[in-house]
Amino acid sequence: MRTTQSGFPATRRLILQGAGMVALVGLGNLPFGLTPAFAANDKYPEDAFKAKSDADAIKSLYGKTAEPSDKVKLDAPEIAENGAVVPISVSSSLADVTSISILVADNPNALAASYKIPAGTLPSVANRLKMAKTTNVIAIVEAGGKLYSATKEVKVTVGGCGG
Amino acid sequence: MASTIRVRATSSGDTTEVQALIQHPMDSGYVKDAKGELIPPHFIQELTFEYDGKAVFTADWGPAVSKDPYVKFAFKGGKKGDDLKISWVDNKGQSDTTTAKIQ
Repeated sequence: MRTTQSGFPATRRLILQGAGMVALVGLGNLPFGLTPAFAANDKYPEDAFKAKSDADAIKSLYGKTAEPSDKVKLDAPEIAENGAVVPISVSSSLADVTSISILVADNPNALAASYKIPAGTLPSVANRLKMAKTTNVIAIVEAGGKLYSATKEVKVTVGGCGG
Repeated sequence: MASTIRVRATSSGDTTEVQALIQHPMDSGYVKDAKGELIPPHFIQELTFEYDGKAVFTADWGPAVSKDPYVKFAFKGGKKGDDLKISWVDNKGQSDTTTAKIQ
């Protein structure tokens, strides 16, 4: 019956265990703190999707700003009767496109969708987005490490983000 | 349960065009229900298309993507009869995967 020998060693063991735990927890935290910087390319870009404005979202997603380009083609209706379903497509004649993102400027969170385009996939995507009200839709195309954009205003008669 | 993912992948020439339609509420977290209570956010965050063991298209989505999302893209390669694997994960950790034959 070792446990009944005396209280002292047991307490000492507990203290040592406690210290060990603290050390382990401390080590465990370290990689977590470092991951966002490294894994930004394949992890879900939580911060960018939480950003309120389009400028903040682009900065969070790419860390740089975009220049307008006529090689980015944004197809969106002039007037969307139903803001809950707005068909939007983006394509580009630029070479080496690596990603396409679509933002709706005045939505509660501007970034709507971000697509990764690996080599061999055509720089063209179509989807359907929700729009809260009449505002600009912004298409961002990342090509050869640079950002290019196209903007179009879409008039919304019935918003798709409220009750 | 039947799959939530419906896919049509069509090969023509040297490219394959893919259209996908997924059944998902895509709740934004801003909409109220009939009792006036906010419906909590519930939306697909990541959608991946794999062909021949490689990702050919990855979507990161926010809650601004419409309910029952639709997406269309095309990639070079892909032969009739080959498999295309599609999977999604939402913000509640739910997921679904399906495999479609390229036509």
